[in-house]
Amino acid sequence: MDKTTLDIWVGLFVAMGIAALMGLAMKVGNLTSNTLGETYAVTANYENIGGLKPRAPVKSSGVVVGRIDSIKFDTKAYQAVVTLKIDKRYPFPKDTFANIYTSGLLGEQYISLEAGGDDHFLKEGDRISKTQDAVVLEKLISQFLYNKATEEPKK
Amino acid sequence: MNPIFKILSGLGSQVTSRIWRLGSATRLFLLTLIYSGESFRRIHLTIREIYFTGVMSLIIIIVSAFFVGMVLGLQGYYTLQKYGSSESIGVLVALALLRELGPVITALLFAGRAGTAITAEIGLMKATEQLSAMEMMAVSPIARIIAPRFWAGVISMPILASIFSMVGVMGGYLVAVPIIGVDHGAFWSQMNVNIDFRFDVINGLIKSVVFGIACTIIALYEGFDAPPTAEGVSRATTRTVVTSSLTVLGLDFILTSFMIAH
Amino acid sequence: MIQKNIVEIKNLSFGYDNRMLHKDINMVFPRGKVTAIMGGSGCGKTTILRLIGGQIKPKAGQVSVDGKIVHKQDRQGIYELRRKMGMLFQHGALFTDLSVFDNVAFPIREHTKLPESMIRDLVLMKLNAVGLRGAHKLMATELSGGMARRVALARAIALDPDIIMYDEPFAGLDPISMAVICDLIRTLNDALGATSIIVTHDVEEAFSFADYIYFIADGIVAAEGTPKELSKSKLPFVHQFVHGEKDGPVPFHYNAPSYKKDIYESI
Repeated sequence: MDKTTLDIWVGLFVAMGIAALMGLAMKVGNLTSNTLGETYAVTANYENIGGLKPRAPVKSSGVVVGRIDSIKFDTKAYQAVVTLKIDKRYPFPKDTFANIYTSGLLGEQYISLEAGGDDHFLKEGDRISKTQDAVVLEKLISQFLYNKATEEPKK
Repeated sequence: MNPIFKILSGLGSQVTSRIWRLGSATRLFLLTLIYSGESFRRIHLTIREIYFTGVMSLIIIIVSAFFVGMVLGLQGYYTLQKYGSSESIGVLVALALLRELGPVITALLFAGRAGTAITAEIGLMKATEQLSAMEMMAVSPIARIIAPRFWAGVISMPILASIFSMVGVMGGYLVAVPIIGVDHGAFWSQMNVNIDFRFDVINGLIKSVVFGIACTIIALYEGFDAPPTAEGVSRATTRTVVTSSLTVLGLDFILTSFMIAH
Repeated sequence: MIQKNIVEIKNLSFGYDNRMLHKDINMVFPRGKVTAIMGGSGCGKTTILRLIGGQIKPKAGQVSVDGKIVHKQDRQGIYELRRKMGMLFQHGALFTDLSVFDNVAFPIREHTKLPESMIRDLVLMKLNAVGLRGAHKLMATELSGGMARRVALARAIALDPDIIMYDEPFAGLDPISMAVICDLIRTLNDALGATSIIVTHDVEEAFSFADYIYFIADGIVAAEGTPKELSKSKLPFVHQFVHGEKDGPVPFHYNAPSYKKDIYESI
């Protein structure tokens, strides 16, 4: 096995490895859309975030426009403070709704932004005031039972 | 009284000898790192070894990956369709491969194929006094023989693991989409959404590098330490496979718990 | 100041846990001479070569090469000492993945920055000295035992060492190869102006070319002298060895209890 043949094979080998890694990164891991580029951070407060996790997507009209950066607890207002990082390409007006929805029936939770009509747009560090908490299954069931119980019997 | 004493002392000596070997192997590891300069200054030494450990392992890795991917596709579909989630087959195959099967199976195959080759080669070089001859010619066998093979193993492993994962995914695709009939788009898009580059791909890579270090050092140590007889070398190759396999599985658990906790 | 003895062993003691291989040995190897170390199997002859080469350290006493104490040298020091030595291992110890040419070129390539054209000339010269210039393209694995040993010898002298050491160079060779090696040891020593140390138990060969002989037995120098002196020696050990006697100071029977007892016990 002479030097040149060896070098060619090893070069091919390393190239295959890099190609496989790139393939995995792009097709499988969706690297391209994970890097959002420049973002601006805003916060939103919730009574209950349900199963929302950091790095969960922030969508608007179903399109991913950002990611959840961090979730903290405010001891003064006893609420959850969620920091969203939104891609700078997508400005949102100040009266945007930030609701927590669930993907599918039992999937992971994400924040959906529904734009309002305000002329002023959200800047870095602003707080979204219009929020809707996550739907908690237990509350739904107890609500249902309560409604059923207070319903007038049909007869 | 006597048989109990014998068993206890036998157990004790086994434990101490294993600890002694662990220390000895660590010493070899540190020496290898210290003498690594030459492996990079004369990069051709390392390139030659990458050929023998990496390129020669390609066939077994690719074929195994293909079959593993296909089996994952088959088994996964069979289970998922009971819950109506057969569209998630892409996610299942990719996650299983990237996080666990890719690095681990590659490491086990590597230990079996390249690891034993390294152990046998070094063991025989020791038995035929080639290492001694090198020493007497004022050439450090660690710098010239051991270190290039170490770096070749560390470089080859993540490459092989990535190739394994990619080929496995393609194998799963082959079974799921053309054969079973899962939707092509669903296969890839579900995967896209649910796999995080940082967590899954990078972590898988980190695992394969750690496994590469472990398997290669074990193979090198067993060869270097083997008694210079035919029986000694053959026992050493067996030990390489067993020790590498157990170490890889143990490290996998440790790494996985560490990664999940973060 | 050039020393008369290039290698000196003073009060050397060496052994493993329970067994002392050498007890307070003194030996000298004068420059330019061919000295043989002889003795029965397992008496520690090869170990002396390893001690000279610095591969192992003595328990007591010292080995000095060219005035420098071997086991006190640091890495660079040992490196320089080994550059002056060439060693021929028992079965050649050629690098099996290289060709004959590359094997001989190995020390030259590792230690010098000579251009390939010069290296080619040097290698072919050394191979010519051992009579194997025509075989330089063969792979090390394609050689017979005798040829392999000659190539290993060419490799050992590649850098023109001051000390050439031979570990059992005649073991397992046919008479022709033995004669060749015999001749080469003497010729190379004189041509290179080197000092040769041969470890062997081949009496006839050693007596034919050695200037001085040391006999090792039971961890001490049992006898020493020129071949002429030793062949006339009345010492029982030397006599048994030189004349190849079955029984003598080195007994025929391995240590065992009484024969009668052993046989009768199994009844």
